[in-house]
Amino acid sequence: MALKASALKVGDTHSERVVENLSRTQIVQYAGASGDYNPLHSDEVYTTKIAGYPSVFAHGMLTMGLTGKMLTNYVGDGTLAKFGVRFTNQVWPGDTLDSKATVAALREEGGQHYVDLTLSTTNQDGKEVVAGSATARIDP
Amino acid sequence: MAKITFPVEASHIMMFARAIGDTNPVYHDAAAAKDTAVGGIIAPPSFPQAVAQFDPDYFLRPKPGQKWFGSAKGPTGIEGKPTSSGGLHAEQHYEYHRHIRPGDVLTAETKPGNVWEKESKRAGKLTFRERITEYRDQNGELVITARGVGVTTERPVDQG
Repeated sequence: MALKASALKVGDTHSERVVENLSRTQIVQYAGASGDYNPLHSDEVYTTKIAGYPSVFAHGMLTMGLTGKMLTNYVGDGTLAKFGVRFTNQVWPGDTLDSKATVAALREEGGQHYVDLTLSTTNQDGKEVVAGSATARIDP
Repeated sequence: MAKITFPVEASHIMMFARAIGDTNPVYHDAAAAKDTAVGGIIAPPSFPQAVAQFDPDYFLRPKPGQKWFGSAKGPTGIEGKPTSSGGLHAEQHYEYHRHIRPGDVLTAETKPGNVWEKESKRAGKLTFRERITEYRDQNGELVITARGVGVTTERPVDQG
């Protein structure tokens, strides 16, 4: 179900908890599904002893995927026209993430209605891990 | 850069949706998806990233008979300290011309974009490199345009 322009106003928000206590196994699952086997995400020995990080950490794209889950739950299936993110902080095993979409603009272009959203995903300490934006087609 | 052929399969979409914790039936249940506005299974919006599976030379996948930089007997399988694992992902943007479905056979072609540098307190000199990937379908139609930005850091990102 697409959103309706008539039921939306600038400043409306939708938020969801997209992961609770992120497991190393979910990160491994993402490596297997996406094909990105960078040891920084699954190999604690390499990551701590060679790369110099305190532990393995999530693929940025896993955090984008988690953010996208909140987004498609909000705007509906197959309505996205644009979705973009910046990865602003790393996501670690044990993190709990909340994603929020805020209506930034409602507009009409060539007879089609669109909503522009700003996106933010934060961890349990309130630190932003993803900042982004999206545009979805909506009903009048 | 070579073109990569990316066949989109329902089981791959299901595994990808599981990995991002998305239980929406439109990603795994053909019967339920048939009754939705999109009329069948589609891929989640960040699925184009899984094109890596189809890149024969993808450097972040271990290959038989080749040394792998991750740990095995020692902390890295490459002698001497590897300089970099290829850096970190800084940004990713997608523009959807239509949503991809099982049965699509996409062709992905990547071109380098801008390169820029920035000084950072947390990681020293940062070098950003942009890559633009166009995904076209079996009819040559542009389906998705992706813009990724990678960053290589002078040192690991300080967590302070």
